[in-house]
Amino acid sequence: MTATFLILAAITIAGTVAAMAMRNLIHCVLALTLGFAGLAALYLQLGAQFVGLTQILVYVGAVAILAVFVIMMTQHPTQTTESIFSSFWFSGSLIAALVFAVLGWAIHSSRLPYGIAPPHAEAAVQPIGDALMHKYVLPLEIMGLLLTAALIGAVVLAIHEKRRSA
Amino acid sequence: MIPTPVQQADQIFVTLQHRLVSYLPAAFQSVADVILSVIAIVLVFALLFAVTTVLERKGLGRIQNRYGPNRVGPAGFFQPLADGVKSLTKEDLVPRTADQMVHFMAPVLLVLAAFLAYAVLPVGRNMVLANLNAGILFFFAVGTLVELAVFMAGWSSRNKYSLLGAMRAIAQMISYEVPLVLASIVVIMAAGSLSTVSIVDMQTGYSGIWPHWFLFTPWGIAGFILFMIAATAESNRSPFDLPEGESEIIAGYYIEYSGFKFALFFLGEYLGMFATSGLAITLFLGGWAAPFSFLTWIPSYLWFFAKLLLLIVIFIWIRGTLPRLRMDQLMSFAWQFMLPMTLINVFVAGVWHFMPAGVIRWGVCALVLVVPAFLLSRGLKQGKKFAARTYRFAE
Amino acid sequence: MFGEGILKGLAETARNFLGSYVSKNRLTTVQYPEERLPQIEAYRNFPFLVYDGDDWQQGLRCVSCFICEKECPPKCIIIEKSTDKKPDAVGKPQFYPKVFNIDVSVCMSCQICVEVCPFDAIKMDTDYELSTTNRFSALLWDKHRLAKSNEHYHKIHPTEAAAVDAALATERAKVAAKAKAAAEAKPAAAPATNPNGASTTAADKPVPTASEK
Repeated sequence: MTATFLILAAITIAGTVAAMAMRNLIHCVLALTLGFAGLAALYLQLGAQFVGLTQILVYVGAVAILAVFVIMMTQHPTQTTESIFSSFWFSGSLIAALVFAVLGWAIHSSRLPYGIAPPHAEAAVQPIGDALMHKYVLPLEIMGLLLTAALIGAVVLAIHEKRRSA
Repeated sequence: MIPTPVQQADQIFVTLQHRLVSYLPAAFQSVADVILSVIAIVLVFALLFAVTTVLERKGLGRIQNRYGPNRVGPAGFFQPLADGVKSLTKEDLVPRTADQMVHFMAPVLLVLAAFLAYAVLPVGRNMVLANLNAGILFFFAVGTLVELAVFMAGWSSRNKYSLLGAMRAIAQMISYEVPLVLASIVVIMAAGSLSTVSIVDMQTGYSGIWPHWFLFTPWGIAGFILFMIAATAESNRSPFDLPEGESEIIAGYYIEYSGFKFALFFLGEYLGMFATSGLAITLFLGGWAAPFSFLTWIPSYLWFFAKLLLLIVIFIWIRGTLPRLRMDQLMSFAWQFMLPMTLINVFVAGVWHFMPAGVIRWGVCALVLVVPAFLLSRGLKQGKKFAARTYRFAE
Repeated sequence: MFGEGILKGLAETARNFLGSYVSKNRLTTVQYPEERLPQIEAYRNFPFLVYDGDDWQQGLRCVSCFICEKECPPKCIIIEKSTDKKPDAVGKPQFYPKVFNIDVSVCMSCQICVEVCPFDAIKMDTDYELSTTNRFSALLWDKHRLAKSNEHYHKIHPTEAAAVDAALATERAKVAAKAKAAAEAKPAAAPATNPNGASTTAADKPVPTASEK
């Protein structure tokens, strides 16, 4: 529990709470991005450079921008006037608490050591790359295929076909 | 071993930093080390920004048969000082309907992101702030923060031109980030490392007097050209300066900024250009390595900044030459030329790795690159039908 | 193909860049405060009041007829008529402006005041270095600031000024001839004739009608 960890954790929690509590949707996304960035910094602090930087690259760079674009294309820019608490906030928080309890129980009862730093905290890029390219090459390829299909699907959805629409 | 005078001159800043830090108590030494490096980076690159603005204005002036700034100081070289004073004393206007907080944060985030990228650039032998083993990944990761800053600026200004400019900028940055990363992947493949320091170390050798830069391979030349084109687009420089096209959307996403915030945007843009140029130098031009073996006595940091200035001059030259692209040209260039070419380049780098060294390897790799480039550029020329394309969800 | 058009363009800009250091003729701009381009004769920006002779107050051609004030589209001219009279450019006693102000921050340089002036008293100036530190009082030009000599007018618009001078000379000759005739007629007529009344009857310009309008 170093000071760095406490600061980063506070930033992450503040960001995610603000993402739930703010009225303006764009503000929510920006706050969520702060949460992502805090999480990335936590990964970096643990020595997981690759994961941390990928978190920034994917979540801050891509997901946040995507969310922002989606909001701007669908939502009216006016601020919502309704309460930030939805009508089923109680059941929602109950579910969240249950999930948290299950996670906590799973971690607590795990046979893996926790609470102490593993001997090799440095998760270098090279072993990750080796693992992806040797042991997990099939899942990687399948995922790539899936994403390519999704990409083509998006293009097909977006472009008007002249002969179909006419 | 006593260092020679040449080595001393090379390491003068490193030893100076160690000397300064050693006066402090041991507990603060590592922190002071980082702070000193950060101060050095901020000062040096802010100064370079000042010099570049003058060079750019004078160079563009001469290209257009004008004098350029020549009033403040000798030959106008104190012009940035005057500009700085002006932007500091100007009124800081914020639109009444603007989102005050986000409007304020955008330039700060932009400059922060731009400066963060310098953490992994080796500007000289042993002169790098953070030798991360995922250095290049770090560079591209903080590069994406710029997009967010641009969006924040465009959205918070509550101005249609800002928003249009931000949209254009983000679309352009996302499109050109793909070829930018793919163009640098060839070097990562060849070096087998994501660390900028080890990539430069691999290029410091010499055969005879010629250096082992990655530029001097078929995939290196192609990669460098593709990287520089993508870098020009990433840093919103002419001819890819649509996001701030003065004739169309006035100044794009920073139209509602004035005074020092505007200067920060300006600074951020130039810092981005320097950073991508610095990465190009690191990846393809041997970083701080001297271009000939008999020139190694010149300190390494001077070589880095000489190369950086050369790239800046090329940027200015291109800005003075080429007109702005249209949006559809920009996008079709990114997706129909840059992306296939970078993918082919990755393939060529693989072929290069597995073929025996020699003239045949050179010829085969060059051919595999030149023929698609020829065909793709022909395709770009012929595909100009200008049919009205409509998008279902964008109307 | 392969960007030889781009290379051609780069060569062209490089030629311009280097050429601008070699030959001064290439440079299209001049170093303004030290060098100036020769002024075009038809250039104009803000009006000024012409005076003849050396004394700007005595020589003002303006007779405060209010035509320019009424015609001015943005209404930037303010005139107050004097109560006494002084001889005008052609020698006839006329009113003169006690106050003649032009608000140049409002003036749109349309030259209508010049076109309507029957006395050739207001003309367009060519001075363009007009920046001030006060945007209200310093841009409201009074009579003194506006008064410029006929020589100045000759300097900035020579042909136009020559034509105006020729017209004024014939006018003066006419008035002088009439005065001579009146002087010759005077001994014959009653010697106590009011000289003022004689000159008003001799006036052939539409001054009274204009000021009554």
